[in-house]
Amino acid sequence: MHSPCVSPPAAIPADHRSERRREDERFLTGQGRYLDDDPPEGCLFAAVLRSPHGHARILSVDVAAATESPGVRAVLTGEHWAADGLGALPCFMSLGPDAPLVVPPRPPLGYERVRHVGDPVALVVAESRQAAQDALELIVVDYEVEPAVTDMRRAVAEGAPQVWPEAPGNQAFRYRRGDPDSAAAAMAGAAHVVELELVNNRIAAAALEPRGATGSWDASSGRWLLRISGASVHQIRRELAEGVFRVPLAAIDVVCPDVGGGFGMKNVTYPEYALVLWAAKRLGAPVHWTAERIEDFTAGVHARDNLTTARLGLDAEGRFLALQVETLVNLGAYVSSLGPGPATTAATPAMGGLYDIPAVSMDVRGVFTNTAPVDAYRGAGKPEANFLIERLVDLAAARLGLDAVELRRRNLMRSFPHRNAMGAVIDCGAPLANLDRALLAADHAGFPARRSASEAQGRLRGLGVGCFLETSRGQPNEEAWLRVRSDGSMELAIGTQSNGQGHETSFVRLAADRLGVPAETLRLVQGDTRVVPRGGGHGGARSLHMGGGAIVLAVEDLVAKAREHAARLTQAAPADVSFEGGACVIRSHGGPERRMELAEIAAALAPEEALEGHGHHLCDAYTFPNGCHVAEVEVDPETGAVALLSYVAVDDYGRLVNPLLTEGQLHGGVAQGVGQALMEEARYEDETGQMLAATFMDYQAPRAADLPPFAVTFVEIPTNANPIGAKGVGQAGAIAAPHTVINAVLDALRPLGVTHLDMPATPERVWSAIRRAKSHA
Amino acid sequence: MYAFSYHQPKTVRQAASLLAKNEDGKILAGGQTLLPTMKQRLAAPPALIDLGKVEGLSGIELKGRSLVIGATTKHVQVATSEIVKQAIPGLAEMAGMIGDPAVRNRGTIGGSVANNDPAADYPAACLALGATIITNTRKIPAEQFFTGLFETALEPGEVIVKISFPIVSKAAYAKFRNPASRYAMVGVFVAKRGSDIRVAVTGAGSNGVFRATALEEALKKRFSPKSLEGVSVSADGLNGDIHASPEYRAHLIGVMAKRAVTAAIGK
Ligand SMILES: Cc1cc2nc3c(=O)[nH]c(=O)nc-3n(C[C@H](O)[C@H](O)[C@H](O)COP(=O)(O)OP(=O)(O)OC[C@H]3O[C@@H](n4cnc5c(N)ncnc54)[C@H](O)[C@@H]3O)c2cc1C
Repeated sequence: MHSPCVSPPAAIPADHRSERRREDERFLTGQGRYLDDDPPEGCLFAAVLRSPHGHARILSVDVAAATESPGVRAVLTGEHWAADGLGALPCFMSLGPDAPLVVPPRPPLGYERVRHVGDPVALVVAESRQAAQDALELIVVDYEVEPAVTDMRRAVAEGAPQVWPEAPGNQAFRYRRGDPDSAAAAMAGAAHVVELELVNNRIAAAALEPRGATGSWDASSGRWLLRISGASVHQIRRELAEGVFRVPLAAIDVVCPDVGGGFGMKNVTYPEYALVLWAAKRLGAPVHWTAERIEDFTAGVHARDNLTTARLGLDAEGRFLALQVETLVNLGAYVSSLGPGPATTAATPAMGGLYDIPAVSMDVRGVFTNTAPVDAYRGAGKPEANFLIERLVDLAAARLGLDAVELRRRNLMRSFPHRNAMGAVIDCGAPLANLDRALLAADHAGFPARRSASEAQGRLRGLGVGCFLETSRGQPNEEAWLRVRSDGSMELAIGTQSNGQGHETSFVRLAADRLGVPAETLRLVQGDTRVVPRGGGHGGARSLHMGGGAIVLAVEDLVAKAREHAARLTQAAPADVSFEGGACVIRSHGGPERRMELAEIAAALAPEEALEGHGHHLCDAYTFPNGCHVAEVEVDPETGAVALLSYVAVDDYGRLVNPLLTEGQLHGGVAQGVGQALMEEARYEDETGQMLAATFMDYQAPRAADLPPFAVTFVEIPTNANPIGAKGVGQAGAIAAPHTVINAVLDALRPLGVTHLDMPATPERVWSAIRRAKSHA
Repeated sequence: MYAFSYHQPKTVRQAASLLAKNEDGKILAGGQTLLPTMKQRLAAPPALIDLGKVEGLSGIELKGRSLVIGATTKHVQVATSEIVKQAIPGLAEMAGMIGDPAVRNRGTIGGSVANNDPAADYPAACLALGATIITNTRKIPAEQFFTGLFETALEPGEVIVKISFPIVSKAAYAKFRNPASRYAMVGVFVAKRGSDIRVAVTGAGSNGVFRATALEEALKKRFSPKSLEGVSVSADGLNGDIHASPEYRAHLIGVMAKRAVTAAIGK
């Protein structure tokens, strides 16, 4: 049985639960401060010359004319970089001793060779953007174009162009998990086996604010300051310090102002970061760079891009016996910071999704191609893992003549804790109950009538059910610091980072309510290595899970310190000091009751003795957000156009701190998942490596009008993995929506004999599938 | 963007003379096409001659059996004009399908027609309705105006002043949007004036807007979607891109033509 408790959280009083975001006024009235709003006084502007070819040898780079161009201060190439003896962008990931990873050199400017369209070749630094842009056009690069490969199937085939000599067959790694023998044995004994070849399409995060970076060098202290529109400041600092510049961590600070969306694509170290720091030092002035949209499309990281063959074995009653998964993942031309992670370590614990499958094996090969590198993007590995099993479940139901809901019911995890075949222990959840709730919310029973009504209009209606299991954690451990100033104001510094998630509201509320002080007292400090010594950033839906725990500990520590100080200052016995309503209360024998506000304590302390609480949340536990989504679509069989009509989610994210913000997170995630399912594809032309969807004229991101209202229900089953019981919501929507929507589209098309469709289910793809099915009928 | 000089004439005559004086100078209307191209450094006009302050270029009026729309009339004005809705409702609907609200509130009919984007909507309306493009120097029938991809019969220095649409008995537009850009992936404008039936297709032709004569012939027998059943459109000469192959576009032409005819009959 599932864990019993569906209880309101103790930490947050009811009237604070769904407060609106404190940061919204700033964001919505144009008061947000983004990187490009504040280029530093006297800064220079950088522009990057990029490869127009998917694969080419650089024979020469002539910068003479560009250097002479008015306002130009420097034109730098890979040769300058090499001459300065600097390092390459690293990847510090390990996939384990059994899965060695080829990490080819990635200097921030290509020399000798370029390996994808958008690969940086030269940097112009000038007194204005205009001057930098003008000079870019004067650089003459002599390329010898070589055959490119962007398609993975071709990349691993005999005779394919080789992206790296050190990676024969274009293979970056091979990673195997699970128990292949037991999976094979179970498969051999299965009454039914269904198999699918699935594409998990390459997508671009396309954050509203493009990437950008400002580098400054302070000669007097010998330190760099990097301001970026990014996240993961500590990881980026480490990669730059240890990998690129080979300096102590303390020599580089990384700071983020407000960030207009990232979704993972801004958690990684980009060549431009190294370039602006390098140029700032060489030129003795801050150097500022902002990506154009096309630079984000061609040279920002992409995501997903898996080609998977997956097999599900079932017994005669339709019980799942085994799952075998073989995946090729397209890493792109280089190994980005966390690039190998999504298809491997991040996907592993979620493999098999929310189902009880006794034997699972996975075999993943990383492939180099002439494309932009991939990295983690909202969900990272979990969407891929859930997509394949949820697609297989629907296919199996169709093959066995079973109802897809019934097949899910037979196989969903039933008792908790549940150890899945990959060794993850799912502590609590209520999948069966959530499935039922979702079907009720979606009026599943009324679907046949709605389908007939659509049919009468000449449209095909489909209903898709999709369960999901997220395994959320990201970087283990997190820290938080609470600093009280003598005016009573407090800083909550934390190593996670909001790129728009609302931490200024929810994190502050968490601390304020635990302390018993008004939220206005607290200011959130994040994304700044100068004031936040360590941190894991966001990613893997970790912020509340890891960071919330750190906040709770920091509050406890602050309270303990405040009590100690109050006792000392009033010469009371420590046991006589309690903490109530944001202040210490001293009740000594015989004496009058005395209240000491935190401000008073802070003011009374010696200058070197700050009133501070520190929480170090040591935690490597996963949480397991999960749920069930239902989508309904209508397909226009004449054109292949798909309209998403309704979307229901019944999700368990453990205890919620702020249901309103939680819902916002879910909405955004679902929108991105719908985008992946129906619209988005970062497509390349194989033999040239040209990116075919490098602007919004060709890359379709979902718009509000493409989405129906979402009907959302939260089921709060708290986890014990952290002190607040939260499981995390950051990625859930993007994990659950792709298969839910595709299952709905296929449900609509099934009567025509269509059994498979790859994402994105664009009008042409749907129309072609219908046409093919008709010609086979 | 490259540097450019900026001019704000008050009359068409001034605009024309500024154009003559500034070699490679360009007219700026709503800027919805020109400015993005300049930002991407794909166009580098040394001078922009903004029509925004030119008197009398914007407006909609009925003149006898024609609907006359000034060159700087915005898409939103055409979409919401009672005059247009009465005279040629299909044209108002077409204008309402252009881009998004921001584009419709800046973009102009003159700019759209002058630009002749192969995926733009107005060229189909002009061709199907038999419009006349009136410039500062002459009147050009739509048949002769749209000459190829982004090519028109406009001479250097020529300014579109207004566009005159003969009022027809039935007209409608059916558009299948490019899912990303929202321009027409296939747009079909159907118009019937007495026995003259025209079907103009945008978004699909590799040489820009064109008349689908096979469909026109079929509709001449009877102006009904049924007449189009079984009439196939050839994929030869149609565009193919990541959103739609020539075959798919050919198919969509048939579907959109039927839908446009159905809508036209309903008006
Ligand atoms: C996001 C987006 C979506 C769009 N979607 C659509 C769509 O769905 N359908 C569609 O049809 N269009 C679409 N457009 C284009 C839009 O309709 C533009 O308004 C139109 O193409 C150009 O009109 P403009 O007034 O903005 O002209 P401008 O951009 O100012 O000028 C365009 C060109 O026309 C010339 N020009 C302008 N006025 C005149 C004149 N009076 N005489 C001579 N030359 C002139 C200019 O010199 C320039 O070369 C879209 C644009 C955007 C940005």
